[in-house]
Amino acid sequence: MKKLTPSRKRLINNSITYGMVIAAFVIIQIMKAGGMLSSSLQGLLVPICAYVTMAIALNLVVGISGELSLGHAGFMSVGAFSGMVFNIAMQSAIPVAPLRLLCAMLVGAVFAGIAGVIVGVPVLRLRGDYLAIVTLAFGEIIKNIINILYIGVDENGLHFSTQNEAALGLAEGGKAILKGPLGVTTNVKLSTFTAGFILVLVAITVVLNLVNSRTGRAVMALRDNRIAAESVGIGATKYKLIAFVTSAVLAGAAGALYAMNYSSVAAKQFDFNASILILVFVVLGGLGNIRGSIIAAALLYVLPELLRDFYDFRMLIYAIVLILVMLATNNPTFKQFFGGLFARLGRGSRKGGAQE
Amino acid sequence: MSSRVKNKQPTKMVPVPSHSIIPERDIDKAPILECQHLGIDFGGLTAVNDFNLTVGRTEIAGLIGPNGAGKTTVFNLLTKVYQPTRGTILLDGKDTHGMNTVQVNRAGIARTFQNIRLFDKLTVEDNVKIGLHNQIRYPMWSGVLRLPSYWKKEKLAHESAMELLHIFDMEDLANHQAGSLPYGAQRRLEIVRALATNPSLLLLDEPAAGMNPSETADLMENILKIRDTFQIAIMLIEHDMSLVMGICEGICVLNFGQVIAKGTPAEIQANPKVIEAYLGSQKKEG
Repeated sequence: MKKLTPSRKRLINNSITYGMVIAAFVIIQIMKAGGMLSSSLQGLLVPICAYVTMAIALNLVVGISGELSLGHAGFMSVGAFSGMVFNIAMQSAIPVAPLRLLCAMLVGAVFAGIAGVIVGVPVLRLRGDYLAIVTLAFGEIIKNIINILYIGVDENGLHFSTQNEAALGLAEGGKAILKGPLGVTTNVKLSTFTAGFILVLVAITVVLNLVNSRTGRAVMALRDNRIAAESVGIGATKYKLIAFVTSAVLAGAAGALYAMNYSSVAAKQFDFNASILILVFVVLGGLGNIRGSIIAAALLYVLPELLRDFYDFRMLIYAIVLILVMLATNNPTFKQFFGGLFARLGRGSRKGGAQE
Repeated sequence: MSSRVKNKQPTKMVPVPSHSIIPERDIDKAPILECQHLGIDFGGLTAVNDFNLTVGRTEIAGLIGPNGAGKTTVFNLLTKVYQPTRGTILLDGKDTHGMNTVQVNRAGIARTFQNIRLFDKLTVEDNVKIGLHNQIRYPMWSGVLRLPSYWKKEKLAHESAMELLHIFDMEDLANHQAGSLPYGAQRRLEIVRALATNPSLLLLDEPAAGMNPSETADLMENILKIRDTFQIAIMLIEHDMSLVMGICEGICVLNFGQVIAKGTPAEIQANPKVIEAYLGSQKKEG
């Protein structure tokens, strides 16, 4: 058998990733049409898409750029609330729902991107684990800011306050959108599974195309050996910032999608635990492995739902599955065992056909 | 194999107004590198002091000295890994004061490392393409959206990378992971990656370390070939005296951060100070 060149291998690998996502979408659509999905699982479809996008976005930072971010839920939060506010403020201006959804996701992406620049510019100039520390703080700060923030809209435009709803000074006919710790409440749910699927495809395309380009190589060079990368003229701050902001933009769009799936969203949903959950998806899926992130995010997000029947033992089983996955992917003994198992199965199915 | 190198006529070296000598063929061109009173202190320790050197435009210069003499520190000063405490570095007549590593590389200095620093997880070809980063450029969105300029520039990058790998006949290894290459090949790949940045001065930090005599002889041929093809200056740190005396035109000897001798290989070999500081101690051991 001829050895595959890396570019061909990459092409096949990427095709598998795209194919897998498209196949999953088609199968779920068929199951939905056939009524084979429970309503609770149907309710999970959009959040799964949002978290898959989050995992892909975070993998760009942690796996490909080699920087640790512990506050990615913060960017999701920025995207979620800016998207939500846009959605409600523009309800009458843009009556077409899919268009408003698209615009709201773009707004969420832009605001999260701005937040990414604000966090990234000072921190990515430093060497070491500062990004982890600062993003951890960023996630908490964003949560607390949104907790005290009141935003309302009337015919004069947007009003902001950090006191209470009355301090907004809304004119007659105006309404408060964001009500501090109560978050945003609305009766319109814009997000659809199709929109989520498209967002996932966009995220995969952006990240995979970025990785296999001049920019992506520079980012990976900085990850592998910063001194050598700088010695061949690659500016560290610029390329680390590109990866970080791209990731924040995708996270913002995912946040907007996630928020518009619910009738009420509050800041406490995007806390440290959410950031760690996304990090778990990335680490279990494999650092730098986009397909792994997608599978890990989708499976681990549905798992608690599937285990609903074993209510009391739900989190116990979840923990055991996590440990088993970690062992299977990272423990050499287990890997060898599984590797051997697959090789034997492969030989069996080929029935002693010519090897190599 | 190395006979051609050894029988080469020694270059005539001529003095220049500053503190050094450069090959006669470079005398009508401005020197590529001039170090004036260069020095650096680490805390109270003076690692390099009053380092003066001029390198001609197509010269192969050697920097030798016992372990800990400050040779690699000089390279780190030239590439701004450390900012010098004192003195000036003129690259092609331009002061590099205030530049960082990235800017110095863009200005024309490329280097290899004593302890190999490749991008281990990437392929050999990608390593060279990373070296081409500033030579073949296209914007980020062109890569994300796969615009025509992406395909055109990527094709160009592939061809250039293959051409550069051809110097060391490494095209066959293009698809291998850089970290999996044998030691000698990794050293050669570092040179190729440095060359990809289109430098006017190439710094080689112990290029022959860990190579066997026949590999070293090949390397000598290749260093000469690189100089002749690209018409660039090469400065190298090396402990292998056959290589240094074989291809270097001007040699600078460092000891305890001070230049103790400068001259042609023949002059250096005859210099009593050098023999005392460096070759002498080796003779005693042998």
